[in-house]
Amino acid sequence: MHVAIVGNGIAGVTAARHLRKLDSSVRITLISGETDHHWSRPALMYVYMGHMRWEDVKPYEDHFWPRNRIDLVRRWVTSIDVEGRQLHLDGARTIPFDKLLLAVGSKPNKFGWPGQDLRGVSGMVSLQDLQAIEAASVGLKHAAIVGGGLIGVELAEMFHTRGIDVTFLVREHAYWNHVLPAEEGDIVGEVIRAEGIDLRLETELTEIVDDGTGQVGAIVDSKGDRVEVGFVGLTAGVRPNLTVCAGSPIATDRGILVDRTLVTNVEGIYAAGDCAQVKTPEGHRDLIQAVWYTGRMMGEVAARNLLGASDEYDSGTWFNSAKFFDLEYQVYGYVPSAMAHHQLPSLAWISPDRRHACRLVETEDGKLSGISVLGIRMRHRVCERWIEEGRDLAYVLAHLREAMFDPEFYRRWDRDIVAALSGKVAA
Amino acid sequence: MSTTLVQIGGARPARVGPEARTPTALEKAFLALVGAGSVMFTLALFAPKVFGSASWAAPTMFGLIAVGSIGYLWSGYGHTTPGIKNHGIFHSSLANRGALAWLAGIAVTTFYVVLYWHGEALEGGYQLLDPFAQKLTGSPADHWFLYGFLYTLLVLIFGGRMFLKYRHNRYQLIRTASVMFFQLGLAFLLPGVLKKIWAQDFYFTYFWPLKPDYLLPFDYVIGEGGMIAKEWSGHAVGRFMVIWSAVMALGAVPVLTWFFGKRWYCSWVCGCGGLAETFGDPFRQLSDKSEKAWKFERWSIHGVLVFIVLFTVLLWVNDATGRKLLGSDGSELFWKTYGLFIVMAFSGVVGVGFYPLMGSRVWCRYGCPQAAILGIFQRFFSRFRITTNGGQCISCGNCSTYCEMGIDVRSYAQRGENIVRASCVGCGVCAAVCPRGVLKLENGTFGGRYDGDGKPWSAFKDALRGRPKA
Ligand SMILES: Cc1cc2nc3c(=O)[nH]c(=O)nc-3n(C[C@H](O)[C@H](O)[C@H](O)COP(=O)(O)OP(=O)(O)OC[C@H]3O[C@@H](n4cnc5c(N)ncnc54)[C@H](O)[C@@H]3O)c2cc1C
Ligand code: SF4
Ligand code: SF4
Repeated sequence: MHVAIVGNGIAGVTAARHLRKLDSSVRITLISGETDHHWSRPALMYVYMGHMRWEDVKPYEDHFWPRNRIDLVRRWVTSIDVEGRQLHLDGARTIPFDKLLLAVGSKPNKFGWPGQDLRGVSGMVSLQDLQAIEAASVGLKHAAIVGGGLIGVELAEMFHTRGIDVTFLVREHAYWNHVLPAEEGDIVGEVIRAEGIDLRLETELTEIVDDGTGQVGAIVDSKGDRVEVGFVGLTAGVRPNLTVCAGSPIATDRGILVDRTLVTNVEGIYAAGDCAQVKTPEGHRDLIQAVWYTGRMMGEVAARNLLGASDEYDSGTWFNSAKFFDLEYQVYGYVPSAMAHHQLPSLAWISPDRRHACRLVETEDGKLSGISVLGIRMRHRVCERWIEEGRDLAYVLAHLREAMFDPEFYRRWDRDIVAALSGKVAA
Repeated sequence: MSTTLVQIGGARPARVGPEARTPTALEKAFLALVGAGSVMFTLALFAPKVFGSASWAAPTMFGLIAVGSIGYLWSGYGHTTPGIKNHGIFHSSLANRGALAWLAGIAVTTFYVVLYWHGEALEGGYQLLDPFAQKLTGSPADHWFLYGFLYTLLVLIFGGRMFLKYRHNRYQLIRTASVMFFQLGLAFLLPGVLKKIWAQDFYFTYFWPLKPDYLLPFDYVIGEGGMIAKEWSGHAVGRFMVIWSAVMALGAVPVLTWFFGKRWYCSWVCGCGGLAETFGDPFRQLSDKSEKAWKFERWSIHGVLVFIVLFTVLLWVNDATGRKLLGSDGSELFWKTYGLFIVMAFSGVVGVGFYPLMGSRVWCRYGCPQAAILGIFQRFFSRFRITTNGGQCISCGNCSTYCEMGIDVRSYAQRGENIVRASCVGCGVCAAVCPRGVLKLENGTFGGRYDGDGKPWSAFKDALRGRPKA
């Protein structure tokens, strides 16, 4: 059997690895137009900042692929011939397949802003974007970033390390408001400002102004301010990349529609990772999960199902992590954002210097719903177990030490948290 | 830890460390002090008559160098907020094997070659330290005294750099203080004082097999550098030293490694480790992470260990058989071979001289027999491991890049496995640079340390087989 995989991101690569693990005879072709080899997309900023070289962000040495008999093809897939079971690639090449996995990832949102296609306007998702940002940085004095998510703050830090001034436009009234609770959003906003970034909340982009040569010269924001900039980073979220499905019978909505076994409406064609939209989702989860670990988990399930199983994708208890300049963030379980329609009771502790925080969220029936921390590391497996076992907050506080994951000799923040919060919880 | 902003000057230039921007006027002034001190020292080396052993000369030039470097680092890191600031490292010629790195490598290598083979050529340098050496050791300075002095100075200055760079990280602060203490106190001052009192120095922080002479039959320890000289045999202090060496080499190594991993020695106590963790820190990213390098490392480091074990056994057997086996020259042969290939060529010329080209732990990784023994204990009989935090790894590669031992930490972390590797010196930098809080150095329980069935025996078999693929 020949499995073709489009996309060498974490979803496609995990699928390829597991296919090989499970079956030594299956032929595997991994196709991507972006890069020769798999790389860690979340590490893009570190290459720009000089923390790592390009070869350092590749999780596997180049000899890994031939050794595991995974054939790599560096081309763009232009269309899928579902009937004839083959892929059309640029350069008039075709690749036949028995089964197909689409793991084509996301692309940056653009909201039809005037000037969004000028030179010096870029998203920050791909290697090509990195190269564009690198080229634009030469001699750059001032950049604008539009959209207050994770990628925006990473781009701000990147420019900051090169001494480039940043104006950062965020539509909501606190940073990352649709994910973070209000207080945490405020803290992150303070961190961003303390670095000298011009963070403008409740401000949207109105127009990107041409400098007369087809290049960005300035932006105008919703408050009427005009800022002279040489670069505009569009980081207002990403959406599934559906280009490859155009003209094929593969059903799409916001993403490529798949059922819980990750199969599309066409038998033998699967989708995984950022591009997949999983039907019948559980509880509070989004239909589309555009994070690293869900891509990995979907890739694993897809590999089994490509080989004939019909396992259902279950991402388990939600978790995630991020870093805003020096401030680390982790979340386990469900912690409603400032913008969530339905809030849950929660206990929050914030250190006096506002660089450490912990929030414990309770479900309506008094069980732990989720934990989030800033400036503190927590143990994934312990938090997950408490949530799955339905522990109450009194139990969590009594055992908080077990969940601490900070390095040795660090201040024991669990003591401060327990001291501050245990009076507020019914025994 | 509190994250008070330590900041000098205004919000501009952007708050990045000295690696990522051109120096400010203040930093340039401090660099000028370093330059002045270095010019004086170079002059002393090439024209010994200029300063002779004038008592003001050494304090002036080394004072200029120390104050200038600490001032430069202080004002440089003062522009940053506390946190990981590896900005611009791979854009730097010195830190990314550019022309500057080659120059630095050649300079340090040359220094080692001169030191080992033409020590007397450094007279202009060591006579500067004569007044100090007389006070400390009761004898005139020689090239080894100069070497010890410069070595310690580097550990202290670059230890200061570590304090600034990792001021948000208590593990790094305490660990750095520890290596500075052991280098200054137990590897420089105390041996000097002992030399004055007993006419014989002694290093409490080095044991067999790193210092094989400490556990060789006395009669065979000869000449300069043979620390437990013959005349010590009847001496109470001498006997204490011998017992100390035996207890450390045979007792402390397994016991302490069981509780804390090899880090109790390699990144907290040892002088070679001390230099690597301070002066070597700017070069830690240059270690080779490939599987090939790992394969080579296992052969070379265990090869050196086997060589020393065999030789020790041979010398003892020779001793027991009335020195008939090798003749009385046997030990000399050993010393010449060991001294030339291992101590001089490996630990000195390559080990330190190649910092800017191959990273800071070349000797520790490929050659040190002490590290080999500690590593075997750490791998199979220890409670130490680096725990991976569930599924949080994003495969970014910071951990592997900044592992001075060239361990591909990411390859474990991204599979959710613990890291239990013989070579890990427990420096903690992988955990420090990880942007997602994935890694934690821990002395946990022995069970549950290994993945798979959790048995050391299976781990041993896996180790022999090499790493599983896919
Ligand atoms: C800057 C940045 C930082 C991030 N940080 C984090 C983080 O800290 N934590 C986290 O959990 N997530 C993070 N993410 C999200 C995470 O990177 C994605 O969720 C993940 O990479 C998705 O993996 P994937 O395999 O689904 O798709 P991708 O990694 O996007 O891979 C898809 C691949 O398919 C290729 N492709 C698409 N169409 C075609 C075609 N027609 N022909 C050939 N090839 C094609 C693409 O070029 C791409 O190489 C970050 C994303 C970005 C951009
Ligand atoms: S694995 Fe981590 S702790 Fe061990 S040597 Fe490498 S960086 Fe240091
Ligand atoms: S630094 Fe952390 S997130 Fe990055 S690869 Fe290593 S363990 Fe994973």
